Amino acid sequence: MTARIGVVTFPGSLDDRDAARAIRIAGGEPVVLWHADADVRGVDAVVLPGGFSYGDYLRCGAIAKFAPVMGTVIEQARTGLPVLGICNGFQILCESHLLPGALTRNDHLHFICRDQRLRIDATDTVWTAAYTPGEEIVIPLKNGEGGYVADESTLDALEAEGRVVARYLEVNPNGSRRDIAGVADPTGRIVGLMPHPEHAVEALTGPSTDGLGFFASMVTSLIESAP
Amino acid sequence: MARVIVDVMLKPEILDPQGRAVSGALTRLGITGVNDVRQGKRFEITVDGNVADVDESAMRSIAEELLSNPVIEDYTLRIEP
Repeated sequence: MTARIGVVTFPGSLDDRDAARAIRIAGGEPVVLWHADADVRGVDAVVLPGGFSYGDYLRCGAIAKFAPVMGTVIEQARTGLPVLGICNGFQILCESHLLPGALTRNDHLHFICRDQRLRIDATDTVWTAAYTPGEEIVIPLKNGEGGYVADESTLDALEAEGRVVARYLEVNPNGSRRDIAGVADPTGRIVGLMPHPEHAVEALTGPSTDGLGFFASMVTSLIESAP
Repeated sequence: MARVIVDVMLKPEILDPQGRAVSGALTRLGITGVNDVRQGKRFEITVDGNVADVDESAMRSIAEELLSNPVIEDYTLRIEP
């Protein structure tokens, strides 16, 4: 059994190679997916990587949601295909209404790039099962439009249903409501995260290897669910 | 030719840091009496035919599904000759 996890490359994607490498290090088989191709090649899960798809024109993720590949990803995500959206991928998932809320301009208007401490609050998603509840991790964060917003009732529901996947610790770097760094859909199969776990999978290049758990969670889930 | 004008604004409850920065600049310029600044987007869509030919419901779909994000933004639409 191999865990075949697709990584979509949009025009302007930056972190597709790192995401593929993280999948490989976690024991999965990364599969290259192309924005203009509606075929997702039978993958078991999809990662929407960070970057500036379509130049972030209009709104971050607003044009990417209409890419041919996203038609298929959205359709299959609604029937159970696991999807992890990182940074720009999170923005695409919100624009696609697969996740609630939206990501807006950082409240201080500056682009930020820092190693960020997070607390993993939800470990019952397929992308975070390798962590322990409340585990603290440090992974890179880099965004200009990472302020998570949603109306109060949506925020209340996310917290009541345990769908806040990760929260910022020590500092709220972008004005996100309730320090939210990542959220999940009700099934725990679709997760969006503003910080970058794919940049923290090797001691040589990352501040830690704390990000590996996201990819290892998915690989383990796929292998365990294999017939 | 007719023109469809779509104005998109952040919902009132959504923080607008860009508008706030503009407001701060006005203060530094010595402009007084400005209470608040909100920044939005304006789209001018030129379409074939005259005003009566414009498919308004199609234009509203575009405004709702592409030009604005209803989670954080409101839009107004009007059609001009």
